Amino acid sequence: MSIWSYIFSVLQAAIPAGTPLLYGTLGEVTAERSGVVNLGVEGMMIMGAVTAFGVAQATGNAFLAIAAAALVGGLLALIHAFASITLRVNQVVSGLALTMLGLGISGMIGKQFIGMPPRVQLKPVPIPGLSDLPVLGPLLFQHDLLVYIGLLMVPVLWFLFYRTRWGISLRSVGENPATADAMGVNVFQVRYLAVFFGGLMAGIGGAYLSIVYAPAWIEGMTAGIGWIVIALTIFAMWDPVRGLLGAYLFGSVRVLQYRLQGLGISPPLLNMLPFILTILVLMFSAGEAMRKRLGAPAALMQPYTREER
Amino acid sequence: MNSLPRIRLEKRLDTPRWLGIATPVFSVLAALLVIALIFGLLGVNPLIAYARIFTGAFGSLYGLSETVTKAIPLMLAGVGLAVAFRTRVYNIGAEGQLLIGAICATGVALFVPGIPDGLRLPAMFGAGALGGALWALIPAVLKARLRIDEVLTSLMTVYIASELVNHLVYGPWKGPGEWGFPYTDKFPLAAQIPRIGITRVHYPTLILALLAAVLAYILVQRTRWGFEIRVTGENPEAARYAGMNYLRTVMLVMALSGALAGIAGVGEVAGIHYRLRYPQGISPGYGFTAIIVAWLARLNPLGVILTSLLIGGLLVGGDAIQLAMGLPSATVYLFNGMILLFVLGGDLFTRYRIRMEFPGRTVVTPVRLEQEEVG
Repeated sequence: MSIWSYIFSVLQAAIPAGTPLLYGTLGEVTAERSGVVNLGVEGMMIMGAVTAFGVAQATGNAFLAIAAAALVGGLLALIHAFASITLRVNQVVSGLALTMLGLGISGMIGKQFIGMPPRVQLKPVPIPGLSDLPVLGPLLFQHDLLVYIGLLMVPVLWFLFYRTRWGISLRSVGENPATADAMGVNVFQVRYLAVFFGGLMAGIGGAYLSIVYAPAWIEGMTAGIGWIVIALTIFAMWDPVRGLLGAYLFGSVRVLQYRLQGLGISPPLLNMLPFILTILVLMFSAGEAMRKRLGAPAALMQPYTREER
Repeated sequence: MNSLPRIRLEKRLDTPRWLGIATPVFSVLAALLVIALIFGLLGVNPLIAYARIFTGAFGSLYGLSETVTKAIPLMLAGVGLAVAFRTRVYNIGAEGQLLIGAICATGVALFVPGIPDGLRLPAMFGAGALGGALWALIPAVLKARLRIDEVLTSLMTVYIASELVNHLVYGPWKGPGEWGFPYTDKFPLAAQIPRIGITRVHYPTLILALLAAVLAYILVQRTRWGFEIRVTGENPEAARYAGMNYLRTVMLVMALSGALAGIAGVGEVAGIHYRLRYPQGISPGYGFTAIIVAWLARLNPLGVILTSLLIGGLLVGGDAIQLAMGLPSATVYLFNGMILLFVLGGDLFTRYRIRMEFPGRTVVTPVRLEQEEVG
């Protein structure tokens, strides 16, 4: 196999591998744009994974499974929204609590699913015409529906963020909530919606793991993906397009992790790769942010209150 | 909308003493109530489950001794985290620092010849503390130099440490006498921490933990450096204006919490297992559970003594119901997450007064206060 076809095959596999990360990152980018950090991504994802698997087993309907996973992710996110937006508690700790909660409940619900063969699977749907393109066809257009939807969400979110009134509201709430409030934007509503959307996306990301990528239920199957999402959000500089790059980059690492095992490298050392890469990516982002004076939304992690301004 | 009463949070000028104790207690009770509800929904009888947890943890001498045994690592790591969180340094990586402590202790126990027997254990504790501190300095340096958020980096170092343990016990350190299990060889007698009678309470580590709690309390409340910690945590800007060295404080509290977590790791391998094993075999998430221990104690190092025993009991009871009722080990995380969430929410009552406002009536607020983040 030539080097190019090897790289090609890694990239091709990297897209599905990066898809859960992509969903999670797009969701977290949106939430953080409104000024709320949700460290509960890992918990929302694993709940999405167990919900999707359970619903798929019960109904045999993949789309119902994905919708249910999204909803459960969203509902969990609302707990964090209530805690951090309404009660104004510490966002770091509240998000952590959400992750633990998700790991715990999913473990309990999922016990019955361990070892079950999946009842449904999302089959690849080659896009007519596009899938026949040389190189790009097999790389991008011979995947399952969730890959396409994830890809499509990138330009859609970009447009929403930068070209619509709604996006201006979202960004202004994350940058300067007091001013946004004065301009008539409902800060609380925008934040609640953004965090809820983040939960929906994390739920779908989890569903992808359990009913498409694995497909199976394994306790703790997110294995840190939710945390990588948080790092990718920073790497993405809160931009959906860069989020896409980051997600597929980590997807490639995931693929390489498995391929390199064949060369006799110790699996635990290979398992470190994504986490070492995460730290490197954060260092890179920090350097870049300092150079270009880019930064997080100014009101990130700051609860907003009208009364005590 | 306008006819509904509005809930308003009003800042308290000071927290009554009873409230500081009552809120964590009620928060835990409320969390247990919600968990009971979830148990019920999942078809587990909560009354039976809770009864088993209680009798499992506190109902026998064996249960009590196990509770104390599990409280040891929680207390050590929890004290360090209480100090770190007070400074608003979010070291989430205690689990990794604990594992590095375990690795360092194992290295000294098995692979460093020529240490006199009497010094073997002190050397192991020293190596564990140093290893944990250095491991914690990775996120600390990244925060200090590049302003990278320590939450993520400290968490990443947990995964890396965990894989490092895996690498060692499946690879270079795998004991030839261990029947193919992912364990190192057993520690020699001089490298084993003594226990009380037939229990697993490795008391020298317990003494270290209690000492750490008391010293940390004195440090935070009575020393100049503790004053800097408190000011930095409450108002980093003010700390900077007062000429306090923020970065130095961050590095020091990270190193301190890492060292204590590292000592906890030494205790687990040298006091319980007498060998390094796969990571989940050394610690079922003590480093993460210690976050709750610290928060439940309202970040008071002395309070950690009490809360670590409480949560230690919960872990022992949790093991009991897992065995008896066939629940997965992840159940512990349900308790952790729910309790943390409620304790966090409950904190609100100690900082704010909740007022109902009825439209049409004017509420007179006596003092207008500056905004302060709810810690």
